[in-house]
Amino acid sequence: MYSEKFTDSIKAVEAARAKNIAYEPARMTAQEKEDLLKAYHPDYKETEFAELKIGPNKGERVPHELCATLQANSRINPSDIDLSKIDYDVDVLVIGGGGAGASAAIEAHEAGANVMVVTKLRMGDANTMMAEGGIQAADKENDSPAIHFVDAFGGGHFAAKRELLRKLVCDAPEAISWLSDLGVEFDKDKDGNMITTHGGGTSRKRMHAAKDYSGAEIMRTLRDEVLNRQIPVVDFTAAIELILDENGNASGAVLVNMETEEIMVARAKTVIIATGGAGRMHYQGFPTSNHYGATADGLVLGYRAGAKLLYAETLQYHPTGAAYPEQIFGALVTEKVRSLGAKLVNAKGEVFMHPLETRDVSAASIIRECGDRGNGVDTGNGQGIWLDTPMIEAIGGEGTIEKRIPAMMRMFGKYGIDIRKEPILIYPTLHYQNGGLDITEDCMTTNVENLFVAGEAVGGIHGRNRLMGNSLLDIIVFGRSAGKNAAAKAKDVKVGALTLDHVNAFANERKAAGITTDEVSPKLLPDYRNK
Amino acid sequence: MENMVNVFLFGKKYSVPENLTIMRAMEYAGYQLVRGCGCRNGFCGACATIYRIKGDRDLKACLACQTKVEDNMYIATLPFFPLVKQVYDMDKVAPTQQIMMQLYPEIYACIGCNACTKACTQDLNVMQYIAYAQRGDFEKCAEESFDCVMCGVCSSRCPAGISHPQVAMLARRINGKYLAPKCDHLENRVQEINDGTFKELIEALMQKPIDEMKELYNTREIEK
Repeated sequence: MYSEKFTDSIKAVEAARAKNIAYEPARMTAQEKEDLLKAYHPDYKETEFAELKIGPNKGERVPHELCATLQANSRINPSDIDLSKIDYDVDVLVIGGGGAGASAAIEAHEAGANVMVVTKLRMGDANTMMAEGGIQAADKENDSPAIHFVDAFGGGHFAAKRELLRKLVCDAPEAISWLSDLGVEFDKDKDGNMITTHGGGTSRKRMHAAKDYSGAEIMRTLRDEVLNRQIPVVDFTAAIELILDENGNASGAVLVNMETEEIMVARAKTVIIATGGAGRMHYQGFPTSNHYGATADGLVLGYRAGAKLLYAETLQYHPTGAAYPEQIFGALVTEKVRSLGAKLVNAKGEVFMHPLETRDVSAASIIRECGDRGNGVDTGNGQGIWLDTPMIEAIGGEGTIEKRIPAMMRMFGKYGIDIRKEPILIYPTLHYQNGGLDITEDCMTTNVENLFVAGEAVGGIHGRNRLMGNSLLDIIVFGRSAGKNAAAKAKDVKVGALTLDHVNAFANERKAAGITTDEVSPKLLPDYRNK
Repeated sequence: MENMVNVFLFGKKYSVPENLTIMRAMEYAGYQLVRGCGCRNGFCGACATIYRIKGDRDLKACLACQTKVEDNMYIATLPFFPLVKQVYDMDKVAPTQQIMMQLYPEIYACIGCNACTKACTQDLNVMQYIAYAQRGDFEKCAEESFDCVMCGVCSSRCPAGISHPQVAMLARRINGKYLAPKCDHLENRVQEINDGTFKELIEALMQKPIDEMKELYNTREIEK
């Protein structure tokens, strides 16, 4: 329910609605986009970054919070850990129970490997579950993997590792086919054609969806398949350090039970990091659309073991996080709302940009509109911009919202806002970790043998910004690939003597660099207690 | 000063700001959540919660992350519920009524009390989707249950011991895999990629200098 202070602005939005629906705003030129990003995108705010003093990316700049966690103390003292007492002994150890981890586990199992999943919360507690809008794949007549490549490469500012992007776009249709075969219900017409829409920065309508529960539908199906295969899942158990062997190869992990704090040792021939993102680090104080456990754990584990990061300084701020009411502050409002026709409208009722620019450009544009241009709406908890959802019903007909974005209708409905009739207030929210561990095309890290990575913990697939729908895609494509490759590699691996010397070495490096901190990492969970 | 309300977390009284969700209220009171907290956005079903307002007869269920506190709210979380999840091979199940009889025969013991529907945190018509499952109408069961977050509250209220979310999960997978119309353009595209149809195009992009890639991107035609 909107209080009276919003009435005037809502009236302005309503009065301009018919005109705004008809209006086709121009897209920005390359130069306009560049200038806008430099001036307003959080990634360009110099004061928010610190230089890494130690580790494989020494000398590079990353957000303060990430810098602190990468350089923090281990949660263990290596001399306290008895590496001769092995609690779990497997071929493939998957760390993380989201979409990438589940896909990897299924494929490793399919390849005949003895695979196990550890996850610090439950299987499926992951950003995958919360992805709403959809998954890209170039499977329509007027589209091709090459066009998909150009869209993603440009949208990521020409920084993606091309061999990773090639794999993403070329394996996309097969990924959709695999999911369909597992029973994922994609939106289709009666002839079986996929109902697809645009996402920001796409040049073809290739966004496949399952209403606005796309990620949830994929995740619950993958989880069900993991359970059907009876793959061991050790839940409420976090990996807190990687274990290497005497040759420096990844050979397992030190685990901790999140409830009893019992420490356990898992030995493995190959390890897959599928720990996801970092929204709960709240970089630059932003709210986040991410799940509770998104604390960059995999980056910390990999970094201490010597694995390199790529583009760790680039984050994605989703342009449309909920700005009102405060109970859902920062929650994701899917880009699909704009794909279906809703435009961004300022406090005066003006459409100030094309609604489907790439996410970084859209976020920067909203920040400018609320900031220097002073056209934001005061929400009582910051600023917001209108996302004029009633346009969707005007364009697509009555019932479109309930059919295509029921989760959004429900989320706002709980607070007395009927998005079919009233616009909603949005502001950018921390959404995605563009960067992560540097891998080769086979999903193995570039410099730690037998350490594989998949999903949001990878850097370089998307470059410096990611398009909508390419993340659900990457967790499937790279998750499956990591699972297959880790299983194949495990066949030839002889694990040597286990060691945590790298943890000691990193501590020594920290000391030598003069870093003193009480902070321990990985962070595992944020602390929201009232203090 | 914020307006405060009294809530009773597992019976113990705390004073918390009235604008908080139940989840935030628990954190405000000092709980560091491990169980019973997942996506915090209403998608994962981790934070199933049962509550009663003092003086009310009704026992209500909700997701803690999606529900505001009320004065005199007695709250118990249900972070885990022992649902029955049968194990099956999707390649071997057949989309017939018999599969439900084999795997989840207890659905035929439904007494029609509708407690599941009343308890649903997503306001789904749970009893109706179970009725569809009984009849082997998987498409309707899938549609009716689609927004399920598998929190398990329905099953906690069921006198017949039905694990509704797992029944619906099976129905949706059967519908997605066997009953939904096949997608020809998808199969064709997978075949084309396997045949190497796009290989040359993609390899050209792999080599192209950045300036040419920029030109290609900035002048590309965008489908209306």
